[in-house]
This record gives sequence, structure tokens and C-alpha cells, in this order.
Amino acid sequence: MSKNYKLVAIEVNAYYGDFHAIKNISLGLEEKAVTAFIGPSGCGKSTFLRLFNRMNDYIDGFRIDGEILLDQKDIYKKSVRVDELRKEVGMVFQKPNPFPKTIFENVVYGLRIQGISKKKVLEEAAERSLKQAALWEEVKDKLHKSALALSGGQQQRLCIARALANGPSVLLMDEPASALDPISTAKIEELIWELKKDYTIVIVTHNMQQAGRVSDHTAFFLSGELIEFAKTKSLFTNPKDQRTQNYITGRFG
Amino acid sequence: MRKSEKIIEGLLLLSAVITILITVGIIWVLLSESISFFSEVSIFRFLTEKEWTPLFADKKFGILPLVTGTLLTTFIAIAVALPIGLTVAVYLNEYAPGRMRQIVKPVLELLATIPTVVYGFFALTVVTPFLQSFIPGLAGFNALSAGIVMGIMIIPMISSLSEDAISAVPRSLREAAYGMGSTRYQTAFGVMVPAASSGIVVSVILAISRAVGETMIVAIAAGQQPRLTLNPLVPIETITTYIVQVSLGDVPHGSLEYKTIFAAGITLFVFTFTLNNISFWIRKKFQEKYD
Repeated sequence: MSKNYKLVAIEVNAYYGDFHAIKNISLGLEEKAVTAFIGPSGCGKSTFLRLFNRMNDYIDGFRIDGEILLDQKDIYKKSVRVDELRKEVGMVFQKPNPFPKTIFENVVYGLRIQGISKKKVLEEAAERSLKQAALWEEVKDKLHKSALALSGGQQQRLCIARALANGPSVLLMDEPASALDPISTAKIEELIWELKKDYTIVIVTHNMQQAGRVSDHTAFFLSGELIEFAKTKSLFTNPKDQRTQNYITGRFG
Repeated sequence: MRKSEKIIEGLLLLSAVITILITVGIIWVLLSESISFFSEVSIFRFLTEKEWTPLFADKKFGILPLVTGTLLTTFIAIAVALPIGLTVAVYLNEYAPGRMRQIVKPVLELLATIPTVVYGFFALTVVTPFLQSFIPGLAGFNALSAGIVMGIMIIPMISSLSEDAISAVPRSLREAAYGMGSTRYQTAFGVMVPAASSGIVVSVILAISRAVGETMIVAIAAGQQPRLTLNPLVPIETITTYIVQVSLGDVPHGSLEYKTIFAAGITLFVFTFTLNNISFWIRKKFQEKYD
């Protein structure tokens, strides 16, 4: 099963203390495609997303068994360096979270912590990443102003640029547009379409229209279980499971 | 019902008024006695003379030796307490597992409950002999061991206020740092500490204010010799120690020697008042940065 996939989960169970948050989930995510995770609040979709860059590791009482493979390699093996993994698997969060630094310093943060300080390298990386995140035109004249002065939508694209500057191959997005207005949301969705050419993208969303618009595949979660995983079109038009049908037609959640 | 409400209200008002009156009274006594001191000794002499010998036949009234003594012990105390306190705060916030935090925090708070006279004797009878074993020129009374022990005393103040400041940094910022592949160290010192810097600065200022006003440790362990020096190995005298020395001695009430303690007191008051106001201002100014 693992051969053609960028990311693979094999019989994964995850726990917070006694709480069984992820129940025996296996699935494979295609390279350079967008996969959406949908489901009601508390269904485990965010927890599952955070397994792919080990963001749950620092939570007290968190445990996982099963395997998560990135390019066929288990990322929970002892020999894996979590900081290196997170450079390969970037993440964008629900609320835009730029550092209280300048726009420029935000974008080059990842390079700085790798010890890169050559001005030319940093400037090139900043321009490239900001262009990729469709933010360059808006900020090129104020790179050395505080990132906190940007609008919410701009901050979120800055966070995407910051993640891209690390040179990842996977981008995890945890409800990246839920705190944004419709126009900013549309820009983020457009950007996801663009980025798909080069990156494997996994997006958690509450918004089913959004899942329908941006994703190639959709996974529906309920109470920690993976209920259905299919091509987005077929999941929304012809769900196999009654519970999926109920959710996407708005009967609960 | 109405009547008892009124009585309670009256009592509350009364206690508030009493508090204010006492404060005003203290400042009044301090000011009026100092004014009468400065009518005999000019402020210029007070601030520029290099010796403080009001109890000698040849009287000199230069506050500088007491101020340097105070600043010297305070500086040593902060040099000890800031790195340790900040490290503890970072450790508790970023590294310590939940159970460890539950043990370390109460133990630190225990440090704050030790009477300062115990710290003073600890400095005099344990720290000084220990330091003398490898610093040969160290006098029996000295600024160094008093400063070090005072530093130990204010560690909990810095660590607990800094920890509050660090834990008030939004979780999203920590996630951003980890999500970018930062190590714990890079997250702690590259992101969390700078983001909490205003709170940390406030904790240090309050700690300085505490150290400047601290009396017992320096009175016991630092000596009673006003001396204009930055050498931590010799006996010195701080403002607070001088006040204790004169209050306990047999200086006649109302004499010029007696009034010197008010002049020293108001100097101390100016220091702590300024420091507390700076910290108040910083807190106010930076409070809303993340809201």
C-alpha cells in the first residue's frame, strides 16, 4: 500500500491519557495532491493531521501506536529528529501566528535557526517564498515593518511563506481560513491550488464547500474513526456510508 | 439589612482611608525630617561628598558610599538571581513534565518564606567561610556573600514572575516555533523569552527594588563600614544597614545625627519608588501587545 503514497498511516491509534482519540486508522495520501479532512468538532481530524509532523508529542499523556510513513520511512522511529521532520513537513495553523518580528524576519526564521545568515541567501529566499505565497506584491515595500501590522489574511499567507521557506515537501493546514473573511479565504484557496503543483497538501476544514473546492480526496472522520475516504467528487455526490451522507447533507455536526 | 449593608460599607471605606492616611503620614514624617536635615546640610554636600561619617567627630555627609554599597550588593544579587531565575522559569515552562512542575514550584516558594535573618546568618556563617576557602583576601564581612545570598532569596521572585510572563505568551507562538522545526532550546530562548521580555524586565525591576530595600542580610553579613568602593571583598554599608545601625544606637532624638536616617530613608524611597513606577509603566505599555 505504501508504494505510491507520500504519506501513509498504518493501523494508527492515538491516545490522550485514557482518551482514545484516533481509532485504528489506515490511509495513504497521494503526492502533489490536496487531501481534505472533514468531520464534526472533536472527531480527531486535527489530532490526526498533527500526527504527520509530530505536533502532538509535547502534550502530556499523548501516545501513538501504529506507523506513519513519510516517503516510506516511519517518522516515529527513535532515530528520527523531530526538528528535521518539521522542516520537511510544514504546518499552517488555524489562527495566523506570525512571530512578533518584521515580515522579513518571519519568512527567514527557518533559515536563521539553521544558522544561515548570509544576507543575499536570506533575501532571495524571502522573495521567492513571499512570491510563492502570493504576498510579495503587497509587502515588498515594507519587509522590515512588523508582521503584526498586516491584515489577518496577509498574516496567514505570511505564515504559509514562512513554512515554504523551509523547503518542505508536505504542507499541513489546520483550518487555515477559518479565522478569515471570505475574500482572504478565496485567496488562500487559490493559493492552495497553485501550491499543489509542487507540494503534498493536507487540509483540515470545517467548511464542506471549501473541501469540495480545493481538494482531490476527502476523508470523513467521526469519533476518532475514519468513516470514508474517497475522491472528493465521489464522496460528496455519492457517499457510501450513511453517516457521511448525514454529515454532508447537514443533518449533524 | 440596609443598616448592616451601610455598616459594612462604612468599615470598608474606613480601612481604605486608614491605609491611605498611614502612607501619607509616613511620607510626611520622612519629608519633614529630611527637610530639616537639608536645612543644616546642603543637598549638594549630601550628593557629592565622598565620605559618610555623621557619627564621628569630623562629620561628613556624603551619601555616595551608602549608595554604592547598596548598588553593589544589589548588582551581585541580580547577577545571581537573573540567570538562575530565568533558567528555572524557562525550564518549568518549556521542559519540565507536569509532575516536576508540581514539585519545583512549591519548593521555590518555600525559599520565599525563609525569614531574612536566617539568610543573613547563612551568609555570615556558611557562605563567607566557604568563599574564604578559595578567595584568600575575603573579609569576614563583605558585599559578595551578602549579595549572593540576597540573590538566592530573590530567585523565586524572578522565576515566578518570569514564568507567568512566559506562560502568558500565546500558545500559538510556541506552536509556530515548533512547527517551523525549532528545537526546544530555539523555541524557548529564540521565541518565548523575547516575546515575554516586558514581563521579565518587570520581574527584574521588582527584584532590584526588593534587593535595594533588603536590610537583614546586608546588616548581618556585609558589614557597617561606609566605603566608596566597588570591591565586593571588603566590608561596606548599605543605606538600610545604616538606618538600622542608627535606630538601634544611642543617638539623641532630634539631633542632626538622628535626622540622617531620614535623609538616608528618603534616598532609599526615591530608588524604590522610581523602580516600582518604571515596572508599572512597562507592564501597562506592553500588556496589550497580544490581545
